[in-house]
Amino acid sequence: MPIRCEIVSQDRTVFEGEADIVILPGSAGEMGILPNHAPLITTLNYGVIRVRRHGEEQVFTVAGGIAEVQPDVVTVLADAAENVEEIDVERAEAARRRAEEAMAKGVPKDTDAYLAIEAALRRSRLRLDAVRRYRRAKQLKGMPEE
Amino acid sequence: MASLREMRRRIRSVKNIAQVTRALEAVSASKVRKAVAALLATRPYATKAWQVLTHLAGQPGRESLHPLLTPRPNPKRALVVVISGDRGLAGTYNTNIVRFVMREFAHYPLPVDYVVVGRKGRDMLLRRRCRLIADFSDLPAAPAFADVSAIGRLVVDEFLKGNADEVWLVYTDFVNMMKQEVRAKKLLPLEVQRPEERVEAFEQGRKVPAAYIYEPEEREILDEIVPRFTALQIYQAILEGLASEHAARMVAMRNATDNAVELAADLQLEYNKARQQSITSDMLDVVRGAESLTRS
Repeated sequence: MPIRCEIVSQDRTVFEGEADIVILPGSAGEMGILPNHAPLITTLNYGVIRVRRHGEEQVFTVAGGIAEVQPDVVTVLADAAENVEEIDVERAEAARRRAEEAMAKGVPKDTDAYLAIEAALRRSRLRLDAVRRYRRAKQLKGMPEE
Repeated sequence: MASLREMRRRIRSVKNIAQVTRALEAVSASKVRKAVAALLATRPYATKAWQVLTHLAGQPGRESLHPLLTPRPNPKRALVVVISGDRGLAGTYNTNIVRFVMREFAHYPLPVDYVVVGRKGRDMLLRRRCRLIADFSDLPAAPAFADVSAIGRLVVDEFLKGNADEVWLVYTDFVNMMKQEVRAKKLLPLEVQRPEERVEAFEQGRKVPAAYIYEPEEREILDEIVPRFTALQIYQAILEGLASEHAARMVAMRNATDNAVELAADLQLEYNKARQQSITSDMLDVVRGAESLTRS
Protein backbone atom coordinates (compact mmCIF):
# COMPACT_ATOMS: atom_id res chain seq x y z
CA MET A 1 0.00 0.00 0.00
CA PRO A 2 1.51 3.32 -1.00
CA ILE A 3 1.54 6.41 1.15
CA ARG A 4 0.20 9.74 -0.07
CA CYS A 5 2.70 12.52 -0.26
CA GLU A 6 1.88 16.22 -0.43
CA ILE A 7 4.49 18.91 -0.70
CA VAL A 8 3.19 22.44 -0.47
CA SER A 9 5.21 25.62 -0.38
CA GLN A 10 3.80 28.97 0.59
CA ASP A 11 2.79 29.87 -2.91
CA ARG A 12 1.77 26.59 -4.51
CA THR A 13 1.36 22.86 -4.34
CA VAL A 14 4.66 21.46 -5.50
CA PHE A 15 3.84 17.78 -5.49
CA GLU A 16 0.88 15.61 -4.76
CA GLY A 17 0.88 11.88 -5.38
CA GLU A 18 1.57 8.43 -4.07
CA ALA A 19 4.87 7.03 -2.94
CA ASP A 20 6.40 3.81 -1.72
CA ILE A 21 8.86 5.71 0.40
CA VAL A 22 9.50 9.37 1.14
CA ILE A 23 12.93 10.40 2.35
CA LEU A 24 12.93 13.63 4.33
CA PRO A 25 15.80 15.83 5.49
CA GLY A 26 14.64 16.04 9.10
CA SER A 27 16.45 18.39 11.41
CA ALA A 28 17.55 15.39 13.48
CA GLY A 29 18.79 13.53 10.43
CA GLU A 30 17.49 11.97 7.25
CA MET A 31 14.48 9.78 7.66
CA GLY A 32 12.72 7.42 5.34
CA ILE A 33 8.97 7.32 5.75
CA LEU A 34 7.19 4.12 4.76
CA PRO A 35 3.44 3.60 4.68
CA ASN A 36 1.88 3.05 8.10
CA HIS A 37 4.50 5.10 9.85
CA ALA A 38 3.65 6.25 13.36
CA PRO A 39 2.36 9.86 13.57
CA LEU A 40 5.28 12.22 13.62
CA ILE A 41 6.01 15.88 13.32
CA THR A 42 9.42 17.17 12.47
CA THR A 43 11.11 20.33 11.35
CA LEU A 44 13.11 20.10 8.16
CA ASN A 45 16.59 21.17 7.29
CA TYR A 46 17.76 22.58 4.00
CA GLY A 47 18.05 19.52 1.82
CA VAL A 48 16.31 17.29 -0.63
CA ILE A 49 13.14 15.26 -0.35
CA ARG A 50 13.12 12.06 -2.38
CA VAL A 51 9.83 10.49 -3.32
CA ARG A 52 10.10 6.96 -4.68
CA ARG A 53 7.36 5.18 -6.52
CA HIS A 54 7.81 1.96 -8.54
CA GLY A 55 11.56 2.37 -8.43
CA GLU A 56 11.35 5.84 -9.95
CA GLU A 57 12.54 8.73 -7.89
CA GLN A 58 11.47 12.35 -7.88
CA VAL A 59 13.69 14.78 -6.08
CA PHE A 60 12.70 18.11 -4.54
CA THR A 61 14.82 20.70 -2.86
CA VAL A 62 13.40 22.10 0.33
CA ALA A 63 14.60 25.15 2.21
CA GLY A 64 13.35 24.32 5.67
CA GLY A 65 9.83 23.73 6.84
CA ILE A 66 7.75 21.22 8.68
CA ALA A 67 6.63 17.71 7.86
CA GLU A 68 3.70 15.92 9.38
CA VAL A 69 3.43 12.18 9.04
CA GLN A 70 0.22 10.25 9.44
CA PRO A 71 -0.02 6.53 8.74
CA ASP A 72 -1.44 7.18 5.28
CA VAL A 73 -0.08 10.59 4.36
CA VAL A 74 3.06 12.69 4.52
CA THR A 75 2.47 16.43 4.43
CA VAL A 76 5.42 18.71 3.86
CA LEU A 77 4.92 22.39 4.59
CA ALA A 78 7.99 23.83 2.98
CA ASP A 79 9.28 27.37 3.27
CA ALA A 80 10.32 26.93 -0.33
CA ALA A 81 10.36 23.79 -2.44
CA GLU A 82 11.09 22.95 -6.04
CA ASN A 83 11.26 19.91 -8.20
CA VAL A 84 14.89 19.41 -9.16
CA GLU A 85 13.87 19.08 -12.80
CA GLU A 86 12.31 22.53 -12.69
CA ILE A 87 15.22 24.42 -11.18
CA ASP A 88 16.44 27.25 -13.33
CA VAL A 89 20.18 26.64 -13.19
CA GLU A 90 21.13 30.00 -14.63
CA ARG A 91 19.04 31.86 -12.13
CA ALA A 92 20.38 29.85 -9.22
CA GLU A 93 23.91 30.46 -10.48
CA ALA A 94 23.28 34.18 -10.77
CA ALA A 95 21.77 34.26 -7.29
CA ARG A 96 24.77 32.49 -5.88
CA ARG A 97 27.17 34.89 -7.56
CA ARG A 98 25.22 37.86 -6.27
CA ALA A 99 25.18 36.50 -2.75
CA GLU A 100 28.87 35.64 -2.82
CA GLU A 101 29.76 39.11 -4.06
CA ALA A 102 27.66 40.71 -1.36
CA MET A 103 29.32 38.45 1.18
CA ALA A 104 32.79 39.36 -0.07
CA LYS A 105 32.01 43.03 0.30
CA GLY A 106 31.67 42.36 3.97
CA VAL A 107 28.37 42.86 5.71
CA PRO A 108 28.32 43.27 9.49
CA LYS A 109 27.30 40.01 11.08
CA ASP A 110 24.07 39.59 13.03
CA THR A 111 22.24 42.12 10.92
CA ASP A 112 19.15 41.26 8.92
CA ALA A 113 20.99 41.98 5.70
CA TYR A 114 23.68 39.49 6.62
CA LEU A 115 21.17 36.82 7.48
CA ALA A 116 19.28 37.44 4.25
CA ILE A 117 22.43 37.09 2.17
CA GLU A 118 23.46 34.01 4.05
CA ALA A 119 20.07 32.44 3.46
CA ALA A 120 20.19 33.34 -0.23
CA LEU A 121 23.60 31.79 -0.48
CA ARG A 122 22.50 28.61 1.23
CA ARG A 123 19.43 28.36 -0.97
CA SER A 124 21.27 28.82 -4.22
CA ARG A 125 24.01 26.39 -3.23
CA LEU A 126 21.42 23.84 -2.23
CA ARG A 127 19.71 24.19 -5.58
CA LEU A 128 22.90 23.91 -7.57
CA ASP A 129 24.12 20.93 -5.58
CA ALA A 130 20.82 19.18 -6.04
CA VAL A 131 20.85 19.76 -9.76
CA ARG A 132 24.37 18.49 -10.06
CA ARG A 133 23.77 15.38 -8.04
CA TYR A 134 20.28 14.34 -8.95
CA ARG A 135 19.59 15.61 -12.39
CA ARG A 136 22.64 14.02 -13.96
CA ALA A 137 21.94 10.68 -12.32
CA LYS A 138 18.49 10.70 -13.85
CA GLN A 139 19.72 11.58 -17.28
CA LEU A 140 22.21 8.72 -17.23
CA LYS A 141 19.36 6.36 -16.60
CA GLY A 142 17.83 7.58 -19.82
CA MET A 143 15.27 9.86 -18.26
CA PRO A 144 13.92 12.66 -20.44
CA GLU A 145 16.29 15.55 -20.70
CA GLU A 146 15.42 19.21 -20.62
CA MET B 1 -26.85 79.81 -19.15
CA ALA B 2 -23.26 78.79 -19.70
CA SER B 3 -21.64 80.03 -22.85
CA LEU B 4 -21.09 77.61 -25.70
CA ARG B 5 -17.37 77.67 -25.23
CA GLU B 6 -17.69 76.82 -21.55
CA MET B 7 -19.99 73.95 -22.36
CA ARG B 8 -17.57 72.61 -24.93
CA ARG B 9 -14.80 72.69 -22.39
CA ARG B 10 -16.96 70.94 -19.82
CA ILE B 11 -17.86 68.18 -22.27
CA ARG B 12 -14.25 67.63 -23.15
CA SER B 13 -13.21 67.38 -19.51
CA VAL B 14 -15.99 64.93 -18.70
CA LYS B 15 -14.95 62.79 -21.63
CA ASN B 16 -11.37 62.89 -20.42
CA ILE B 17 -12.46 61.74 -17.01
CA ALA B 18 -14.33 58.85 -18.58
CA GLN B 19 -11.19 57.89 -20.44
CA VAL B 20 -9.07 57.94 -17.31
CA THR B 21 -11.54 55.98 -15.22
CA ARG B 22 -11.94 53.45 -18.01
CA ALA B 23 -8.17 52.95 -18.06
CA LEU B 24 -8.09 52.61 -14.27
CA GLU B 25 -10.85 50.05 -14.46
CA ALA B 26 -8.87 48.00 -16.95
CA VAL B 27 -5.77 48.19 -14.76
CA SER B 28 -7.71 47.11 -11.69
CA ALA B 29 -9.30 44.28 -13.62
CA SER B 30 -5.93 42.81 -14.46
CA LYS B 31 -4.67 43.41 -10.93
CA VAL B 32 -7.65 41.72 -9.38
CA ARG B 33 -7.03 38.67 -11.53
CA LYS B 34 -3.44 38.47 -10.33
CA ALA B 35 -4.41 39.06 -6.72
CA VAL B 36 -7.00 36.31 -6.83
CA ALA B 37 -4.49 33.93 -8.37
CA ALA B 38 -2.05 34.70 -5.54
CA LEU B 39 -4.82 34.20 -3.02
CA LEU B 40 -5.76 30.81 -4.40
CA ALA B 41 -2.12 29.76 -4.65
CA THR B 42 -1.46 30.16 -0.94
CA ARG B 43 -4.65 28.47 0.13
CA PRO B 44 -3.35 24.87 0.07
CA TYR B 45 -0.50 25.77 2.39
CA ALA B 46 -2.79 27.56 4.79
CA THR B 47 -5.28 24.71 4.88
CA LYS B 48 -2.57 22.12 5.40
CA ALA B 49 -0.95 24.14 8.15
CA TRP B 50 -4.31 24.50 9.86
CA GLN B 51 -4.82 20.75 9.61
CA VAL B 52 -1.50 20.07 11.27
CA LEU B 53 -2.40 22.44 14.05
CA THR B 54 -5.79 20.85 14.66
CA HIS B 55 -4.16 17.43 14.69
CA LEU B 56 -1.80 18.71 17.35
CA ALA B 57 -4.54 20.24 19.41
CA GLY B 58 -6.70 17.19 18.96
CA GLN B 59 -4.33 15.00 20.83
CA PRO B 60 -5.67 13.55 24.03
CA GLY B 61 -4.59 14.98 27.36
CA ARG B 62 -3.31 18.34 26.22
CA GLU B 63 -4.60 21.24 28.18
CA SER B 64 -2.09 23.93 27.41
CA LEU B 65 -0.04 23.17 24.36
CA HIS B 66 1.63 26.48 23.93
CA PRO B 67 1.31 30.00 25.40
CA LEU B 68 -0.01 31.23 22.06
CA LEU B 69 -2.84 28.74 22.24
CA THR B 70 -3.80 29.45 25.83
CA PRO B 71 -6.53 31.97 26.63
CA ARG B 72 -5.73 34.34 29.49
CA PRO B 73 -8.07 34.54 32.45
CA ASN B 74 -8.12 38.34 32.93
CA PRO B 75 -7.44 40.09 29.64
CA LYS B 76 -6.30 43.69 30.07
CA ARG B 77 -5.42 44.98 26.62
CA ALA B 78 -6.41 44.09 23.10
CA LEU B 79 -4.47 44.53 19.90
CA VAL B 80 -6.19 44.94 16.56
CA VAL B 81 -4.42 44.46 13.25
CA VAL B 82 -6.26 46.47 10.61
CA ILE B 83 -5.65 45.74 6.97
CA SER B 84 -6.55 48.53 4.58
CA GLY B 85 -5.28 49.90 1.30
CA ASP B 86 -2.50 52.35 0.49
CA ARG B 87 -4.56 54.16 -2.08
CA GLY B 88 -7.96 55.70 -2.39
CA LEU B 89 -10.30 55.77 -5.38
CA ALA B 90 -11.54 52.37 -4.36
CA GLY B 91 -15.14 53.16 -3.61
CA THR B 92 -16.05 52.39 -0.04
CA TYR B 93 -13.26 49.86 0.48
CA ASN B 94 -11.25 51.85 3.02
CA THR B 95 -14.13 53.62 4.72
CA ASN B 96 -15.93 50.33 5.25
CA ILE B 97 -12.93 48.95 7.09
CA VAL B 98 -12.59 51.96 9.34
CA ARG B 99 -16.32 52.11 10.01
CA PHE B 100 -16.26 48.44 10.97
CA VAL B 101 -13.29 48.95 13.29
CA MET B 102 -15.04 51.86 14.98
CA ARG B 103 -18.24 49.93 15.42
CA GLU B 104 -16.55 46.86 16.88
CA PHE B 105 -13.70 48.32 18.86
CA ALA B 106 -14.46 51.94 19.79
CA HIS B 107 -16.43 50.73 22.81
CA TYR B 108 -14.60 47.50 23.39
CA PRO B 109 -14.39 46.50 27.07
CA LEU B 110 -10.59 46.50 26.90
CA PRO B 111 -8.28 49.33 25.90
CA VAL B 112 -7.30 48.73 22.30
CA ASP B 113 -4.02 49.29 20.47
CA TYR B 114 -3.82 49.19 16.71
CA VAL B 115 -1.37 47.87 14.17
CA VAL B 116 -2.19 49.11 10.69
CA VAL B 117 -1.35 47.94 7.22
CA GLY B 118 -2.16 50.50 4.54
CA ARG B 119 -1.82 54.26 4.43
CA LYS B 120 -5.53 55.00 4.16
CA GLY B 121 -6.46 53.04 7.24
CA ARG B 122 -3.58 54.59 9.15
CA ASP B 123 -4.61 58.14 8.32
CA MET B 124 -8.25 57.57 9.13
CA LEU B 125 -7.54 55.85 12.44
CA LEU B 126 -5.11 58.58 13.44
CA ARG B 127 -7.76 61.19 12.72
CA ARG B 128 -10.04 59.32 15.08
CA ARG B 129 -7.36 59.40 17.76
CA CYS B 130 -6.70 55.70 17.93
CA ARG B 131 -3.50 54.48 19.52
CA LEU B 132 -1.32 53.05 16.80
CA ILE B 133 1.70 51.06 17.86
CA ALA B 134 2.96 50.06 14.43
CA ASP B 135 2.41 50.93 10.80
CA PHE B 136 3.21 48.58 7.94
CA SER B 137 2.15 50.66 4.98
CA ASP B 138 3.64 50.70 1.52
CA LEU B 139 3.89 46.99 1.04
CA PRO B 140 4.91 45.84 -2.42
CA ALA B 141 2.07 45.42 -4.90
CA ALA B 142 2.35 41.65 -4.73
CA PRO B 143 3.75 40.95 -1.26
CA ALA B 144 5.62 37.75 -0.59
CA PHE B 145 5.37 35.98 2.72
CA ALA B 146 8.75 37.35 3.72
CA ASP B 147 7.46 40.93 3.29
CA VAL B 148 4.78 40.50 5.91
CA SER B 149 6.27 38.01 8.34
CA ALA B 150 7.52 40.93 10.44
CA ILE B 151 3.93 41.82 11.27
CA GLY B 152 3.37 38.34 12.62
CA ARG B 153 6.55 38.53 14.65
CA LEU B 154 5.55 41.83 16.19
CA VAL B 155 2.10 40.60 17.10
CA VAL B 156 3.40 37.40 18.65
CA ASP B 157 6.02 39.33 20.62
CA GLU B 158 3.46 41.77 21.97
CA PHE B 159 1.26 38.89 23.01
CA LEU B 160 4.04 36.95 24.70
CA LYS B 161 5.36 40.03 26.48
CA GLY B 162 1.90 40.56 27.91
CA ASN B 163 1.30 43.90 26.17
CA ALA B 164 -1.74 42.38 24.57
CA ASP B 165 -3.95 39.64 25.88
CA GLU B 166 -5.96 39.14 22.77
CA VAL B 167 -5.19 39.92 19.17
CA TRP B 168 -7.77 40.53 16.47
CA LEU B 169 -7.38 40.76 12.77
CA VAL B 170 -9.70 42.99 10.73
CA TYR B 171 -9.58 42.47 6.99
CA THR B 172 -11.80 42.40 3.94
CA ASP B 173 -12.78 38.97 2.80
CA PHE B 174 -12.90 38.57 -0.94
CA VAL B 175 -16.14 36.73 -1.56
CA ASN B 176 -16.35 37.44 -5.27
CA MET B 177 -15.89 40.29 -7.72
CA MET B 178 -19.02 42.10 -6.61
CA LYS B 179 -18.97 41.28 -2.94
CA GLN B 180 -16.33 41.91 -0.29
CA GLU B 181 -16.99 41.68 3.40
CA VAL B 182 -15.12 43.19 6.30
CA ARG B 183 -14.47 40.59 8.95
CA ALA B 184 -12.83 40.36 12.34
CA LYS B 185 -11.00 37.22 13.28
CA LYS B 186 -9.43 36.33 16.58
CA LEU B 187 -5.78 35.71 15.93
CA LEU B 188 -4.39 35.08 19.39
CA PRO B 189 -4.83 33.12 21.47
CA LEU B 190 -5.27 30.82 18.56
CA GLU B 191 -8.47 28.93 19.00
CA VAL B 192 -8.11 25.43 17.73
CA GLN B 193 -11.20 23.40 18.18
CA ARG B 194 -10.53 20.09 19.77
CA PRO B 195 -12.42 17.94 17.38
CA GLU B 196 -14.71 15.75 19.42
CA GLU B 197 -15.54 13.59 16.44
CA ARG B 198 -12.07 12.16 16.62
CA VAL B 199 -13.10 10.15 19.63
CA GLU B 200 -16.06 8.75 17.79
CA ALA B 201 -13.89 7.90 14.85
CA PHE B 202 -11.61 6.06 17.21
CA GLU B 203 -14.44 4.05 18.61
CA GLN B 204 -15.53 3.14 15.14
CA GLY B 205 -12.09 1.70 14.66
CA ARG B 206 -10.82 4.22 12.14
CA LYS B 207 -7.25 5.29 12.18
CA VAL B 208 -6.70 8.21 14.49
CA PRO B 209 -3.34 9.56 15.52
CA ALA B 210 -2.74 8.79 19.14
CA ALA B 211 0.27 10.85 20.05
CA TYR B 212 2.92 12.28 17.84
CA ILE B 213 6.55 11.54 17.79
CA TYR B 214 8.27 14.90 17.85
CA GLU B 215 11.56 15.56 16.29
CA PRO B 216 13.13 17.63 17.76
CA GLU B 217 11.28 18.47 21.00
CA GLU B 218 7.57 19.16 21.02
CA ARG B 219 8.24 22.57 22.48
CA GLU B 220 10.63 23.53 19.73
CA ILE B 221 8.27 22.45 17.01
CA LEU B 222 5.36 24.33 18.47
CA ASP B 223 7.57 27.38 18.91
CA GLU B 224 8.21 27.23 15.22
CA ILE B 225 4.84 26.24 13.87
CA VAL B 226 2.46 28.37 15.94
CA PRO B 227 4.03 31.81 15.38
CA ARG B 228 4.49 30.97 11.74
CA PHE B 229 0.89 30.05 11.44
CA THR B 230 -0.11 33.37 12.95
CA ALA B 231 2.02 35.19 10.40
CA LEU B 232 0.50 33.06 7.70
CA GLN B 233 -3.00 34.10 8.65
CA ILE B 234 -1.99 37.73 8.46
CA TYR B 235 -0.45 37.11 5.07
CA GLN B 236 -3.60 35.43 3.88
CA ALA B 237 -5.67 38.34 5.17
CA ILE B 238 -3.46 40.81 3.31
CA LEU B 239 -3.93 38.88 0.10
CA GLU B 240 -7.68 38.83 0.66
CA GLY B 241 -7.55 42.56 1.28
CA LEU B 242 -5.58 43.22 -1.89
CA ALA B 243 -7.98 41.25 -4.03
CA SER B 244 -10.89 43.06 -2.41
CA GLU B 245 -9.28 46.44 -2.89
CA HIS B 246 -8.70 45.90 -6.58
CA ALA B 247 -12.18 44.52 -7.06
CA ALA B 248 -13.70 47.47 -5.20
CA ARG B 249 -11.66 49.89 -7.26
CA MET B 250 -12.67 48.19 -10.46
CA VAL B 251 -16.35 48.50 -9.62
CA ALA B 252 -15.94 52.09 -8.46
CA MET B 253 -14.17 52.99 -11.67
CA ARG B 254 -16.79 51.29 -13.79
CA ASN B 255 -19.49 53.32 -12.05
CA ALA B 256 -17.49 56.47 -12.54
CA THR B 257 -17.09 55.71 -16.23
CA ASP B 258 -20.80 55.05 -16.63
CA ASN B 259 -21.67 58.28 -14.86
CA ALA B 260 -19.21 60.28 -16.91
CA VAL B 261 -20.50 58.85 -20.17
CA GLU B 262 -24.07 59.63 -19.18
CA LEU B 263 -23.16 63.13 -18.11
CA ALA B 264 -21.25 63.73 -21.33
CA ALA B 265 -24.32 62.64 -23.32
CA ASP B 266 -26.58 64.99 -21.37
CA LEU B 267 -24.18 67.87 -21.79
CA GLN B 268 -23.81 67.16 -25.47
CA LEU B 269 -27.57 67.28 -25.90
CA GLU B 270 -27.76 70.55 -24.05
CA TYR B 271 -24.87 71.93 -26.06
CA ASN B 272 -26.53 70.94 -29.33
CA LYS B 273 -29.76 72.60 -28.26
CA ALA B 274 -27.93 75.78 -27.32
CA ARG B 275 -26.04 75.77 -30.59
CA GLN B 276 -29.24 75.30 -32.56
CA GLN B 277 -30.83 78.12 -30.66
CA SER B 278 -28.00 80.49 -31.37
CA ILE B 279 -28.08 79.55 -35.06
CA THR B 280 -31.80 80.17 -35.17
CA SER B 281 -31.47 83.55 -33.55
CA ASP B 282 -28.57 84.44 -35.86
CA MET B 283 -30.71 83.52 -38.84
CA LEU B 284 -33.57 85.55 -37.53
CA ASP B 285 -31.21 88.50 -37.29
CA VAL B 286 -30.10 88.03 -40.89
CA VAL B 287 -33.66 87.69 -42.13
CA ARG B 288 -34.76 90.71 -40.18
CA GLY B 289 -31.82 92.67 -41.53
CA ALA B 290 -32.65 91.63 -45.11
CA GLU B 291 -36.30 92.48 -44.57
CA SER B 292 -35.46 95.95 -43.36
CA LEU B 293 -33.26 96.46 -46.43
CA THR B 294 -35.97 95.43 -48.94
CA ARG B 295 -38.55 97.59 -47.21
CA SER B 296 -36.49 100.73 -47.56
